[in-house]
Amino acid sequence: MARVHTEACSLSTINQNDSIMKSLLYGHDVLSMKELSLAQIQQVLELAATFKSEDVPALLKNKIIAHCFFEPSTRTRLSFETATLRLGGQVIGFSSDESLSIKKGETLQDTIQVLSHYADLIIVRHPKEGAARLAAETSAKPVINAGDGANQHPTQALLDLFTIQECQNKIDGLAIALVGDLKYGRTIHSFAQACTLFDIRLFLVSPDSLTLPDFICDELKRNGVRFSFHQSLEEVVPKVDILYMTRIQQERFNDADYQLIKKRCILTPDLLATAKPNLKILHPLPRVNEIDAEVDKTPHAYYFQQAANGVYVREALLALMLNENVQVLT
Amino acid sequence: MNKTLSVSAIQNGTVIDHIPAGQALRILHLLRLLNKKCQVTVGFNLSSQRMKLKDLVKVENYLLTKEEADKITVFAPDATINIIKNFDVVEKIITQLPPGIEGVFSCPNQACISHVEPVESFFIIKEQSKRVHVICKYCEKIFDRNQVKVKI
Repeated sequence: MARVHTEACSLSTINQNDSIMKSLLYGHDVLSMKELSLAQIQQVLELAATFKSEDVPALLKNKIIAHCFFEPSTRTRLSFETATLRLGGQVIGFSSDESLSIKKGETLQDTIQVLSHYADLIIVRHPKEGAARLAAETSAKPVINAGDGANQHPTQALLDLFTIQECQNKIDGLAIALVGDLKYGRTIHSFAQACTLFDIRLFLVSPDSLTLPDFICDELKRNGVRFSFHQSLEEVVPKVDILYMTRIQQERFNDADYQLIKKRCILTPDLLATAKPNLKILHPLPRVNEIDAEVDKTPHAYYFQQAANGVYVREALLALMLNENVQVLT
Repeated sequence: MNKTLSVSAIQNGTVIDHIPAGQALRILHLLRLLNKKCQVTVGFNLSSQRMKLKDLVKVENYLLTKEEADKITVFAPDATINIIKNFDVVEKIITQLPPGIEGVFSCPNQACISHVEPVESFFIIKEQSKRVHVICKYCEKIFDRNQVKVKI
Protein backbone atom coordinates (compact mmCIF):
# COMPACT_ATOMS: atom_id res chain seq x y z
CA MET A 1 0.00 0.00 0.00
CA ALA A 2 1.33 3.40 -0.94
CA ARG A 3 0.59 4.86 2.47
CA VAL A 4 3.06 7.71 2.12
CA HIS A 5 4.40 7.07 -1.32
CA THR A 6 2.14 9.64 -2.93
CA GLU A 7 3.92 12.37 -1.01
CA ALA A 8 7.32 10.92 -1.83
CA CYS A 9 6.59 10.68 -5.54
CA SER A 10 5.52 14.29 -5.71
CA LEU A 11 8.86 15.18 -4.15
CA SER A 12 10.81 13.26 -6.79
CA THR A 13 13.94 15.25 -7.43
CA ILE A 14 15.37 13.79 -10.59
CA ASN A 15 15.13 15.98 -13.60
CA GLN A 16 14.98 13.42 -16.39
CA ASN A 17 16.34 15.86 -19.00
CA ASP A 18 19.66 16.75 -17.46
CA SER A 19 19.94 13.97 -14.83
CA ILE A 20 20.52 16.44 -12.02
CA MET A 21 19.33 15.40 -8.60
CA LYS A 22 18.83 18.15 -6.02
CA SER A 23 20.06 16.63 -2.80
CA LEU A 24 17.65 16.37 0.11
CA LEU A 25 20.56 15.54 2.44
CA TYR A 26 23.05 18.26 1.52
CA GLY A 27 24.69 19.55 4.70
CA HIS A 28 22.54 17.30 6.91
CA ASP A 29 23.74 14.91 9.61
CA VAL A 30 22.57 11.29 9.42
CA LEU A 31 22.30 10.17 13.03
CA SER A 32 19.09 8.27 13.54
CA MET A 33 16.69 6.50 11.22
CA LYS A 34 13.71 8.24 12.74
CA GLU A 35 14.99 11.63 11.56
CA LEU A 36 15.07 10.65 7.89
CA SER A 37 12.01 11.38 5.78
CA LEU A 38 10.63 8.92 3.26
CA ALA A 39 11.68 11.25 0.44
CA GLN A 40 15.27 11.34 1.73
CA ILE A 41 15.37 7.56 2.07
CA GLN A 42 13.99 7.06 -1.42
CA GLN A 43 16.53 9.46 -2.85
CA VAL A 44 19.37 7.47 -1.25
CA LEU A 45 17.97 4.20 -2.60
CA GLU A 46 17.48 5.71 -6.05
CA LEU A 47 21.03 7.05 -6.26
CA ALA A 48 22.49 3.82 -4.83
CA ALA A 49 20.74 1.88 -7.62
CA THR A 50 22.28 4.24 -10.17
CA PHE A 51 25.74 3.82 -8.65
CA LYS A 52 25.34 0.04 -8.70
CA SER A 53 24.52 -0.02 -12.40
CA GLU A 54 26.96 2.63 -13.66
CA ASP A 55 30.46 3.94 -13.16
CA VAL A 56 30.40 6.37 -10.27
CA PRO A 57 31.40 9.98 -10.93
CA ALA A 58 34.12 11.67 -8.83
CA LEU A 59 31.61 13.39 -6.58
CA LEU A 60 34.01 13.56 -3.63
CA LYS A 61 36.97 14.99 -5.56
CA ASN A 62 39.05 17.20 -3.25
CA LYS A 63 36.97 16.08 -0.27
CA ILE A 64 38.47 14.54 2.86
CA ILE A 65 36.34 12.17 4.88
CA ALA A 66 37.29 11.42 8.49
CA HIS A 67 36.50 7.81 9.43
CA CYS A 68 36.50 7.80 13.22
CA PHE A 69 36.00 4.27 14.49
CA PHE A 70 36.33 4.27 18.27
CA GLU A 71 35.57 0.55 18.26
CA PRO A 72 36.43 -2.19 15.78
CA SER A 73 34.39 -2.59 12.63
CA THR A 74 35.00 -4.56 9.44
CA ARG A 75 32.16 -4.21 6.95
CA THR A 76 30.94 -0.74 7.92
CA ARG A 77 34.43 0.76 8.02
CA LEU A 78 35.70 -0.88 4.86
CA SER A 79 32.54 -0.17 2.88
CA PHE A 80 32.68 3.49 3.90
CA GLU A 81 36.35 3.61 2.90
CA THR A 82 35.62 1.91 -0.41
CA ALA A 83 32.71 4.28 -1.05
CA THR A 84 34.89 7.33 -0.30
CA LEU A 85 37.72 6.15 -2.55
CA ARG A 86 35.43 5.14 -5.42
CA LEU A 87 33.91 8.63 -5.41
CA GLY A 88 37.37 10.21 -5.60
CA GLY A 89 37.57 11.30 -1.98
CA GLN A 90 40.37 10.82 0.52
CA VAL A 91 40.27 9.01 3.84
CA ILE A 92 41.76 10.07 7.18
CA GLY A 93 40.97 8.57 10.55
CA PHE A 94 41.49 5.60 12.81
CA SER A 95 40.02 2.16 13.34
CA SER A 96 40.18 1.71 17.09
CA ASP A 97 40.79 3.86 20.16
CA GLU A 98 44.08 2.11 20.97
CA SER A 99 46.50 4.77 19.75
CA LEU A 100 44.32 7.78 20.28
CA SER A 101 44.50 10.86 22.44
CA ILE A 102 41.29 9.54 23.96
CA LYS A 103 43.49 7.03 25.78
CA LYS A 104 45.26 10.04 27.27
CA GLY A 105 41.93 11.38 28.46
CA GLU A 106 40.86 13.54 25.52
CA THR A 107 37.10 13.93 25.25
CA LEU A 108 35.14 12.87 22.19
CA GLN A 109 34.13 16.50 21.76
CA ASP A 110 37.74 17.70 21.57
CA THR A 111 38.67 14.96 19.11
CA ILE A 112 35.73 15.82 16.86
CA GLN A 113 36.33 19.57 17.21
CA VAL A 114 39.84 19.13 15.81
CA LEU A 115 38.86 16.68 13.07
CA SER A 116 36.07 18.94 11.86
CA HIS A 117 38.80 21.40 10.88
CA TYR A 118 40.61 18.74 8.88
CA ALA A 119 37.76 16.96 7.11
CA ASP A 120 34.66 17.77 5.07
CA LEU A 121 32.54 15.07 6.71
CA ILE A 122 32.98 12.88 9.79
CA ILE A 123 31.86 9.26 10.15
CA VAL A 124 31.62 8.11 13.77
CA ARG A 125 31.39 4.60 15.23
CA HIS A 126 31.45 4.63 19.04
CA PRO A 127 30.53 2.16 21.81
CA LYS A 128 28.50 4.74 23.75
CA GLU A 129 24.88 5.49 22.82
CA GLY A 130 24.34 9.02 21.57
CA ALA A 131 28.02 9.58 20.74
CA ALA A 132 27.30 10.46 17.11
CA ARG A 133 24.72 13.07 18.14
CA LEU A 134 27.19 14.66 20.54
CA ALA A 135 29.79 14.62 17.77
CA ALA A 136 27.31 16.32 15.44
CA GLU A 137 26.67 19.04 18.04
CA THR A 138 30.41 19.66 18.27
CA SER A 139 31.28 19.44 14.58
CA ALA A 140 30.83 22.19 12.06
CA LYS A 141 30.83 19.52 9.35
CA PRO A 142 28.15 16.88 8.67
CA VAL A 143 28.33 13.70 10.73
CA ILE A 144 27.22 10.15 9.88
CA ASN A 145 26.42 7.73 12.67
CA ALA A 146 28.13 4.45 11.79
CA GLY A 147 26.80 2.75 14.93
CA ASP A 148 26.53 4.03 18.52
CA GLY A 149 26.37 1.26 21.10
CA ALA A 150 23.02 -0.54 21.06
CA ASN A 151 21.25 2.59 19.82
CA GLN A 152 21.30 3.24 16.07
CA HIS A 153 22.94 2.13 12.85
CA PRO A 154 21.06 4.13 10.21
CA THR A 155 23.33 3.37 7.25
CA GLN A 156 22.80 -0.36 7.84
CA ALA A 157 19.03 0.21 7.80
CA LEU A 158 19.37 2.10 4.50
CA LEU A 159 21.33 -0.72 2.92
CA ASP A 160 18.80 -3.23 4.28
CA LEU A 161 15.98 -1.28 2.62
CA PHE A 162 17.98 -1.05 -0.61
CA THR A 163 18.59 -4.81 -0.56
CA ILE A 164 14.93 -5.59 0.11
CA GLN A 165 13.86 -3.29 -2.74
CA GLU A 166 16.43 -4.98 -4.98
CA CYS A 167 15.50 -8.59 -4.23
CA GLN A 168 11.72 -8.15 -3.95
CA ASN A 169 11.22 -5.22 -6.36
CA LYS A 170 9.22 -3.45 -3.66
CA ILE A 171 9.19 -2.67 0.05
CA ASP A 172 5.50 -1.92 0.68
CA GLY A 173 3.28 -4.92 1.22
CA LEU A 174 6.03 -7.27 2.41
CA ALA A 175 6.04 -9.53 5.46
CA ILE A 176 9.36 -9.40 7.29
CA ALA A 177 10.59 -11.48 10.23
CA LEU A 178 13.23 -10.00 12.55
CA VAL A 179 15.02 -12.85 14.28
CA GLY A 180 17.47 -13.10 17.16
CA ASP A 181 18.70 -10.41 19.52
CA LEU A 182 16.07 -7.71 19.04
CA LYS A 183 16.86 -6.05 22.37
CA TYR A 184 20.47 -5.00 21.92
CA GLY A 185 20.82 -5.12 18.13
CA ARG A 186 21.22 -1.57 16.83
CA THR A 187 20.67 -2.69 13.24
CA ILE A 188 17.27 -4.05 14.30
CA HIS A 189 16.37 -0.83 16.13
CA SER A 190 17.15 1.32 13.10
CA PHE A 191 15.45 -1.07 10.71
CA ALA A 192 12.29 -1.33 12.84
CA GLN A 193 12.07 2.47 12.92
CA ALA A 194 12.50 2.58 9.13
CA CYS A 195 9.52 0.22 8.88
CA THR A 196 7.26 2.96 10.25
CA LEU A 197 7.54 4.73 6.87
CA PHE A 198 6.43 1.71 4.88
CA ASP A 199 3.53 -0.73 4.76
CA ILE A 200 5.38 -3.67 6.31
CA ARG A 201 4.03 -6.54 8.46
CA LEU A 202 6.61 -7.51 11.09
CA PHE A 203 7.08 -10.87 12.80
CA LEU A 204 9.38 -10.57 15.84
CA VAL A 205 11.15 -13.83 16.66
CA SER A 206 13.28 -13.88 19.80
CA PRO A 207 13.51 -15.33 23.28
CA ASP A 208 11.46 -13.27 25.78
CA SER A 209 14.62 -11.84 27.30
CA LEU A 210 15.80 -10.41 23.96
CA THR A 211 12.59 -8.98 22.60
CA LEU A 212 12.26 -5.57 20.93
CA PRO A 213 12.43 -2.71 23.49
CA ASP A 214 9.08 -1.23 24.54
CA PHE A 215 9.91 2.21 23.22
CA ILE A 216 10.33 0.85 19.70
CA CYS A 217 7.18 -1.29 19.98
CA ASP A 218 5.31 1.87 21.03
CA GLU A 219 6.70 3.69 18.00
CA LEU A 220 5.53 0.87 15.72
CA LYS A 221 2.06 0.98 17.28
CA ARG A 222 1.80 4.75 16.97
CA ASN A 223 2.65 4.49 13.28
CA GLY A 224 0.20 1.68 12.58
CA VAL A 225 2.82 -0.99 11.87
CA ARG A 226 1.34 -4.47 12.41
CA PHE A 227 3.61 -6.78 14.39
CA SER A 228 3.44 -9.95 16.45
CA PHE A 229 5.80 -11.85 18.77
CA HIS A 230 6.96 -15.40 18.09
CA GLN A 231 9.19 -17.88 19.83
CA SER A 232 10.45 -19.97 16.93
CA LEU A 233 11.48 -19.64 13.30
CA GLU A 234 9.28 -22.55 12.28
CA GLU A 235 6.14 -20.51 12.97
CA VAL A 236 7.07 -17.64 10.67
CA VAL A 237 9.09 -19.09 7.77
CA PRO A 238 6.04 -19.93 5.61
CA LYS A 239 4.54 -16.48 6.12
CA VAL A 240 7.35 -14.07 5.28
CA ASP A 241 9.13 -12.57 2.27
CA ILE A 242 12.24 -11.53 4.20
CA LEU A 243 13.91 -13.34 7.07
CA TYR A 244 16.20 -10.85 8.79
CA MET A 245 18.54 -12.89 11.00
CA THR A 246 20.81 -11.42 13.70
CA ARG A 247 23.49 -12.78 15.95
CA ILE A 248 22.62 -14.09 19.40
CA GLN A 249 25.51 -13.68 21.77
CA GLN A 250 26.06 -16.90 23.70
CA GLU A 251 27.49 -15.05 26.69
CA ARG A 252 24.07 -13.56 27.47
CA PHE A 253 22.67 -16.99 28.43
CA ASN A 254 23.36 -19.99 30.57
CA ASP A 255 24.05 -23.22 28.68
CA ALA A 256 20.54 -24.67 28.99
CA ASP A 257 18.87 -21.48 27.76
CA TYR A 258 21.32 -21.13 24.91
CA GLN A 259 20.61 -24.65 23.69
CA LEU A 260 16.88 -23.86 23.71
CA ILE A 261 17.36 -20.61 21.82
CA LYS A 262 19.68 -22.29 19.38
CA LYS A 263 16.97 -24.81 18.60
CA ARG A 264 14.38 -22.11 17.98
CA CYS A 265 16.36 -19.33 16.32
CA ILE A 266 19.00 -21.08 14.23
CA LEU A 267 18.27 -21.39 10.55
CA THR A 268 18.96 -24.69 8.82
CA PRO A 269 18.08 -25.73 5.23
CA ASP A 270 15.28 -28.08 6.38
CA LEU A 271 13.47 -25.13 8.02
CA LEU A 272 13.26 -23.53 4.59
CA ALA A 273 11.17 -26.38 3.15
CA THR A 274 7.99 -24.42 3.86
CA ALA A 275 9.35 -21.07 2.66
CA LYS A 276 7.75 -19.02 -0.12
CA PRO A 277 9.80 -19.17 -3.35
CA ASN A 278 10.59 -15.45 -3.11
CA LEU A 279 11.87 -15.61 0.51
CA LYS A 280 15.26 -13.97 0.94
CA ILE A 281 17.44 -14.20 4.02
CA LEU A 282 19.31 -11.12 5.23
CA HIS A 283 21.87 -10.77 8.02
CA PRO A 284 23.96 -7.71 8.93
CA LEU A 285 26.96 -10.03 9.49
CA PRO A 286 29.15 -11.24 11.05
CA ARG A 287 27.19 -14.43 11.63
CA VAL A 288 28.36 -16.98 14.14
CA ASN A 289 26.19 -20.05 13.91
CA GLU A 290 22.66 -18.69 13.56
CA ILE A 291 22.66 -19.49 9.83
CA ASP A 292 23.90 -22.94 8.89
CA ALA A 293 26.55 -22.73 6.15
CA GLU A 294 24.42 -25.07 4.02
CA VAL A 295 21.82 -22.29 3.77
CA ASP A 296 24.36 -20.30 1.71
CA LYS A 297 23.76 -22.70 -1.17
CA THR A 298 20.00 -22.13 -1.27
CA PRO A 299 18.42 -19.48 -3.54
CA HIS A 300 17.09 -17.82 -0.39
CA ALA A 301 20.49 -16.66 0.88
CA TYR A 302 21.02 -12.97 0.12
CA TYR A 303 23.28 -11.75 2.96
CA PHE A 304 26.48 -11.50 0.94
CA GLN A 305 24.74 -9.40 -1.73
CA GLN A 306 23.36 -7.33 1.17
CA ALA A 307 26.90 -6.71 2.48
CA ALA A 308 28.07 -5.74 -1.01
CA ASN A 309 25.23 -3.22 -1.28
CA GLY A 310 26.71 -1.35 1.67
CA VAL A 311 29.20 0.30 -0.67
CA TYR A 312 26.57 1.66 -3.10
CA VAL A 313 24.29 2.94 -0.36
CA ARG A 314 27.16 4.63 1.46
CA GLU A 315 28.38 6.13 -1.81
CA ALA A 316 24.92 7.58 -2.34
CA LEU A 317 24.81 8.96 1.18
CA LEU A 318 28.23 10.62 0.97
CA ALA A 319 27.46 12.05 -2.47
CA LEU A 320 24.15 13.52 -1.31
CA MET A 321 25.50 14.95 1.94
CA LEU A 322 28.41 16.74 0.25
CA ASN A 323 26.82 17.88 -3.03
CA GLU A 324 23.91 20.28 -3.34
CA ASN A 325 23.19 18.83 -6.76
CA VAL A 326 24.25 15.40 -7.89
CA GLN A 327 24.80 14.91 -11.58
CA VAL A 328 24.11 11.32 -12.55
CA LEU A 329 25.94 9.94 -15.57
CA THR A 330 23.64 8.50 -18.18
CA MET B 1 -10.11 22.38 68.38
CA ASN B 2 -8.37 25.18 66.46
CA LYS B 3 -7.46 24.44 62.87
CA THR B 4 -3.83 25.23 62.11
CA LEU B 5 -1.95 25.18 58.83
CA SER B 6 0.58 22.36 58.47
CA VAL B 7 2.83 24.76 56.59
CA SER B 8 2.77 28.43 57.52
CA ALA B 9 1.60 31.10 55.08
CA ILE B 10 4.14 33.28 53.28
CA GLN B 11 3.95 37.03 52.81
CA ASN B 12 5.58 37.24 49.37
CA GLY B 13 6.77 34.55 47.00
CA THR B 14 5.47 31.44 45.27
CA VAL B 15 3.40 28.52 46.53
CA ILE B 16 3.49 25.28 44.57
CA ASP B 17 0.59 23.15 45.76
CA HIS B 18 -0.93 19.80 44.74
CA ILE B 19 2.41 18.19 44.00
CA PRO B 20 2.05 14.38 43.89
CA ALA B 21 3.46 12.94 47.12
CA GLY B 22 7.14 12.13 46.67
CA GLN B 23 7.85 14.65 43.89
CA ALA B 24 8.72 17.72 45.97
CA LEU B 25 12.43 16.93 46.21
CA ARG B 26 12.63 16.54 42.43
CA ILE B 27 11.03 19.93 42.03
CA LEU B 28 13.47 21.56 44.47
CA HIS B 29 16.34 20.23 42.35
CA LEU B 30 14.62 20.97 39.06
CA LEU B 31 14.25 24.65 39.95
CA ARG B 32 17.62 24.71 41.76
CA LEU B 33 15.79 26.27 44.70
CA LEU B 34 18.47 25.18 47.16
CA ASN B 35 20.98 27.39 45.34
CA LYS B 36 18.82 30.50 45.38
CA LYS B 37 19.41 31.30 49.06
CA CYS B 38 15.76 32.06 49.61
CA GLN B 39 13.69 30.53 52.39
CA VAL B 40 12.00 27.34 51.21
CA THR B 41 9.40 25.47 53.20
CA VAL B 42 8.51 21.97 52.09
CA GLY B 43 5.63 19.77 53.19
CA PHE B 44 5.71 16.07 52.45
CA ASN B 45 2.73 13.72 52.53
CA LEU B 46 0.23 16.37 53.57
CA SER B 47 -3.36 15.24 53.58
CA SER B 48 -5.40 16.45 50.64
CA GLN B 49 -9.06 15.98 49.76
CA ARG B 50 -8.28 15.88 46.05
CA MET B 51 -5.10 13.80 46.14
CA LYS B 52 -5.27 12.01 49.50
CA LEU B 53 -1.55 12.76 49.98
CA LYS B 54 0.35 15.63 48.43
CA ASP B 55 3.57 17.57 48.69
CA LEU B 56 3.79 21.35 48.87
CA VAL B 57 6.60 23.88 48.36
CA LYS B 58 6.60 27.51 49.50
CA VAL B 59 9.36 29.82 48.36
CA GLU B 60 9.72 33.12 50.18
CA ASN B 61 10.58 36.26 48.21
CA TYR B 62 11.03 34.44 44.92
CA LEU B 63 8.61 34.68 42.01
CA LEU B 64 8.69 31.72 39.69
CA THR B 65 8.85 32.51 35.98
CA LYS B 66 6.46 30.93 33.51
CA GLU B 67 9.36 28.86 32.14
CA GLU B 68 10.16 27.50 35.61
CA ALA B 69 6.51 26.78 36.29
CA ASP B 70 6.21 24.86 33.02
CA LYS B 71 9.05 22.56 34.07
CA ILE B 72 7.09 21.63 37.21
CA THR B 73 4.27 20.18 35.12
CA VAL B 74 6.55 17.35 33.97
CA PHE B 75 6.56 15.94 37.50
CA ALA B 76 3.40 17.52 38.89
CA PRO B 77 0.91 17.93 36.04
CA ASP B 78 -1.90 19.11 38.32
CA ALA B 79 0.14 21.43 40.51
CA THR B 80 -1.27 24.85 41.27
CA ILE B 81 1.34 27.58 41.22
CA ASN B 82 0.36 30.80 42.92
CA ILE B 83 2.24 34.06 43.21
CA ILE B 84 1.72 35.63 46.62
CA LYS B 85 1.96 39.31 47.53
CA ASN B 86 1.08 40.51 51.03
CA PHE B 87 -0.39 37.09 51.87
CA ASP B 88 -2.79 37.26 48.90
CA VAL B 89 -2.78 35.25 45.71
CA VAL B 90 -2.18 37.82 42.97
CA GLU B 91 -1.55 35.42 40.08
CA LYS B 92 -2.15 31.80 39.21
CA ILE B 93 0.39 30.64 36.66
CA ILE B 94 -1.18 28.66 33.83
CA THR B 95 1.31 25.99 32.87
CA GLN B 96 2.01 23.78 29.90
CA LEU B 97 4.55 21.02 29.29
CA PRO B 98 7.94 22.45 28.32
CA PRO B 99 9.69 21.17 25.18
CA GLY B 100 12.66 19.93 27.21
CA ILE B 101 14.71 20.01 30.40
CA GLU B 102 18.44 20.72 30.33
CA GLY B 103 20.88 19.58 33.02
CA VAL B 104 19.63 18.72 36.54
CA PHE B 105 18.86 15.05 35.81
CA SER B 106 21.12 12.28 34.60
CA CYS B 107 20.18 9.76 31.95
CA PRO B 108 19.08 6.43 33.51
CA ASN B 109 20.80 4.62 30.62
CA GLN B 110 24.33 3.92 31.85
CA ALA B 111 25.50 3.31 28.27
CA CYS B 112 24.57 6.89 27.31
CA ILE B 113 27.41 9.17 26.16
CA SER B 114 26.19 11.86 28.60
CA HIS B 115 27.76 9.85 31.45
CA VAL B 116 31.30 9.95 30.10
CA GLU B 117 31.54 13.32 28.34
CA PRO B 118 31.40 16.76 29.95
CA VAL B 119 27.98 17.56 28.56
CA GLU B 120 24.68 18.67 30.08
CA SER B 121 21.92 16.11 29.85
CA PHE B 122 18.88 17.11 27.83
CA PHE B 123 15.50 15.41 27.95
CA ILE B 124 12.80 16.02 25.38
CA ILE B 125 9.35 16.01 26.98
CA LYS B 126 6.52 14.20 25.21
CA GLU B 127 2.98 13.43 26.31
CA GLN B 128 1.55 10.26 24.85
CA SER B 129 -1.80 8.78 25.85
CA LYS B 130 -1.95 11.15 28.84
CA ARG B 131 1.42 9.86 30.13
CA VAL B 132 4.45 12.13 30.29
CA HIS B 133 7.64 10.62 28.90
CA VAL B 134 11.13 12.04 28.97
CA ILE B 135 13.40 11.18 26.06
CA CYS B 136 17.18 11.50 26.29
CA LYS B 137 18.35 13.65 23.40
CA TYR B 138 21.57 11.64 23.08
CA CYS B 139 20.77 7.93 23.49
CA GLU B 140 17.12 8.37 22.34
CA LYS B 141 15.82 6.14 25.14
CA ILE B 142 12.35 6.91 26.45
CA PHE B 143 11.76 6.95 30.20
CA ASP B 144 8.90 7.40 32.58
CA ARG B 145 9.27 10.68 34.47
CA ASN B 146 9.85 8.80 37.72
CA GLN B 147 12.92 7.07 36.31
CA VAL B 148 15.09 10.17 35.96
CA LYS B 149 17.26 10.96 38.97
CA VAL B 150 18.97 14.13 40.03
CA LYS B 151 22.54 14.44 38.73
CA ILE B 152 24.99 14.36 41.62
